[in-house]
Amino acid sequence: MDFQIALLLGQDGLTNGAIYALLALALVLVFAVTRVIFIPQGEFVAYGALTLAMLQAGKLPTTLWLILALGAAAAVLDGAQALRHGAARKLPRLLAVNLAVPLALWGLLANIDLAGLPLLAQVALTLAVVVPLGPMIYRLAYQPIAEAPVLILLIVSVAVHVVLIGLGLLFFGAEGTRTPAFTEGTLDLGTTTLQYQTLWILAISAVLIVALYAFFGRSIYGKALRATALNRTGARLMGISTTMAGKLSFTLAALIGAFSGILISPITTLYYDSGFLIGLKGFVGAIIGGLASYPVAAAGALLVGFLESYSSFYASAYKEVIVFTLIIPVLLWRSLTSHHAEEEE
Amino acid sequence: MRRLILLAFLVLLALLPVLLPESAEFYVTLANYIGLYALVALGLVLLTGVGGLTSFGQAAFVGVGAYATAWLTTAFGWSPWLTLLVAVAATTVVALFLGFITLRMGGHYLPLGTIAWGISLYFLFGNIEAFGGHTGLGGIPPVSLAGIELKSGREFYYLIWIALMFGVVATQNLLDSRDGRAIRALKGGVVMAEAMGVNTAWYKIVIFTVAAQFACVSGWLYAHLQRFVNPTPFSLTQGIEYLFMAVIGGVGHVWGALLGAGLITIFKQWLQDLLPKLLGQSGNFEVIVFGLVMIFVLHRARDGLWPVLLARVERLWPALAANAGGRVAAAERLPKREMPQAGDTILDVQQVTKRFGGLTANNAVSFTVRAGEVMALIGPNGAGKSTMFNCISGVNPPTEGEVRFLNQRVDGLASREIARRGMSRTFQHVRLLPAMSVLDNVAIGAHLRGSKTFVHSSLRLDREEERRLRHEAARQIERVGLGEHLFDAAGSLPLGKQRIVEIARALAADPCLLLLDEPAAGLRYLEKQALAELLRKLRGEGMGILLVEHDMDFVMGLADRVVVMEFGEKLAEGLPQQIQEDPKVLQAYLGGVE
Repeated sequence: MDFQIALLLGQDGLTNGAIYALLALALVLVFAVTRVIFIPQGEFVAYGALTLAMLQAGKLPTTLWLILALGAAAAVLDGAQALRHGAARKLPRLLAVNLAVPLALWGLLANIDLAGLPLLAQVALTLAVVVPLGPMIYRLAYQPIAEAPVLILLIVSVAVHVVLIGLGLLFFGAEGTRTPAFTEGTLDLGTTTLQYQTLWILAISAVLIVALYAFFGRSIYGKALRATALNRTGARLMGISTTMAGKLSFTLAALIGAFSGILISPITTLYYDSGFLIGLKGFVGAIIGGLASYPVAAAGALLVGFLESYSSFYASAYKEVIVFTLIIPVLLWRSLTSHHAEEEE
Repeated sequence: MRRLILLAFLVLLALLPVLLPESAEFYVTLANYIGLYALVALGLVLLTGVGGLTSFGQAAFVGVGAYATAWLTTAFGWSPWLTLLVAVAATTVVALFLGFITLRMGGHYLPLGTIAWGISLYFLFGNIEAFGGHTGLGGIPPVSLAGIELKSGREFYYLIWIALMFGVVATQNLLDSRDGRAIRALKGGVVMAEAMGVNTAWYKIVIFTVAAQFACVSGWLYAHLQRFVNPTPFSLTQGIEYLFMAVIGGVGHVWGALLGAGLITIFKQWLQDLLPKLLGQSGNFEVIVFGLVMIFVLHRARDGLWPVLLARVERLWPALAANAGGRVAAAERLPKREMPQAGDTILDVQQVTKRFGGLTANNAVSFTVRAGEVMALIGPNGAGKSTMFNCISGVNPPTEGEVRFLNQRVDGLASREIARRGMSRTFQHVRLLPAMSVLDNVAIGAHLRGSKTFVHSSLRLDREEERRLRHEAARQIERVGLGEHLFDAAGSLPLGKQRIVEIARALAADPCLLLLDEPAAGLRYLEKQALAELLRKLRGEGMGILLVEHDMDFVMGLADRVVVMEFGEKLAEGLPQQIQEDPKVLQAYLGGVE
């Protein structure tokens, strides 16, 4: 390997690592707030990228049917609950959020020339279609059993994952797609070149990470999420709704996931099931951070990115084996440094 | 009655290949696959349903079994029976290694680790050239049994279902034994089990390894049934499906594994035909349905379908209900520990300090307990009494200071090691396994008095010892006056009685030092008197008793000596009479006399 190749691989590793870091942050966030190990995180990556591709092809994105269906289910459940508790005044808002907004979105998307829109508008519409899936999935799959043991929540996550994979095949077909770069072309750096999209990815990841940091440090909702992560009962006693916290964290996770997909789909071809492995690599990063520390999780994710990129040069067939085997020494180290039998829930 | 139904089921199973006509080969194949899948799901019942651990990576262990035999029989011409041993040995090594590194951690690291190695092994199978890469390995020889080659599905059916029934019986035997009680305590009772001398980490590794071995045998059978292997059936997707089978069928029940494997296999066939036609596309759309069903089951019937089905049937046909209760066979008494001489110091606590971060819960506390005396530890709430109990019994070791028990240092030892030396305890917040009977709960206390391993119990070679353990447990329950509750679920008793069950459990360990944390709380007057009587009797037998209690009449009438704690420090020590007159103690309990 010469210097040139090393630089190229490093660039690759850094780009992928930045994406894994974003996903790792989302995973840590969701786990800390809701105790859900969010296996379907990666599906949002694929859904985001493939929905954008459909928009750009001028097609009505099929993901729209999913938010209509999930919104209707959530409206029925929440509506029935509100009526049972004699809180009919909640109905208008409930129906507006779960039914009217998705329907309005449908009306909008069906009546404009999707392919002709500027990229920024297409990205915004994609996010508008995919991100609501986050809180809706929380409402339907997790909220009824929010107090269940971590293990049960994990099994639910795996079930949600397989449902989304199956639906992904139904919605997007087995074909992979790429979307055009935000800015086409490459930057010549003398010894090496840099794709503009890489710069976009690094810049946007950095901005998102800083934004999350500010959100948790400064905003009242960010602080509420942190409070819920530290002590659910205590947070509830202080008037923080754990349901709100759950939905908010799932919204953020969906946003990060979908946006990550939009960022990388110009540089890698994504298929309906590609998200799973991408999400899991974010996971390996998150596990390195012990599912608790944001900076360590991000650093772990970057490490995964580099490892993947350099191992693809030396032993490309064993790339996945190497990345997923990395988890074993990490677990070994963590198990040797933590001690004492503690009660699990 | 239940036995009759079981017998009818077995006869039907045995006759199935004979009864099905030549044209129904498809159903034989289906039954073979149900058997193969059920064997894997059975391991998950032990691991997830009973032990509270879980794995999405069982398919990888199936792969280890299948590839081991495929490679060794085709490349080296080994006999399949020899490769079975090699495959199981290889699986055991892998499982022990993975178990060692993941099981000691919090519950969710294991499933995450299993996802990772599930993917890893899958890609490994597909990339090793000797294993034929993604194309796989063909030409695997059939298994011969007594000179007959099992070539057809109908012949192979018997091998699969005999292996499965062997697994079912072994699992049931294991769960109904001393080891079974320890394994059942893994789910929600780790601290208690450790304090009763159970090495919970070891039992986690045992069930994890056994589950992996079941999966491996299923893989070996699969390879010789198909006579061809490729990586696809060992992917993570299949690993997830195994867990779905166990959870939907009823992950806490041996028969739930069979039910789940049967349902998923049959519905998968049906949906794979139906859905592509319905949706006008080809693809594995059945996972959508399975995922949704899974979420629904976890929301509405977390224990799976088997218990729901059983409850339905028992309501329609009450004669079928398992008769609660039972009996405890007489057996020879277990050997008793030699008691120390009355009056000898058995527990010596020196300058024990316990800090939780910045909070000092115990500060340089010292006292002793002698054999044949009741020492009471009293003090206002938050004085650090229960923390002291945890320091002494090793549940949460002290930060500084020394604890000597029977003249040996025990601070820093695991609580099960301290239990082994003859200390037993109860907990302030009752730690019983609510769904288990009082008898089984108390028998956990006698864990260290048995020595048969899980291999003995699977093969029913532990019956004599098991009779003696149960008899001992029943004796202790009689002794504390709960004889009529032997077979009741521990969680169904009122809280006061649950505390008494804890005492019986501690006594079943045959201790020379008994630590009781608020045993009289929640008892009525007469029950308190009976308890005091029991403690006096134990003291008379030479047992040392360290007692935390708030009921002053109870304490002062019983204790030989009293230590008073306040704000983590020792305030006073002396005879009950002295303590009652000590101005500092009065100040602490009643406020100062101005």
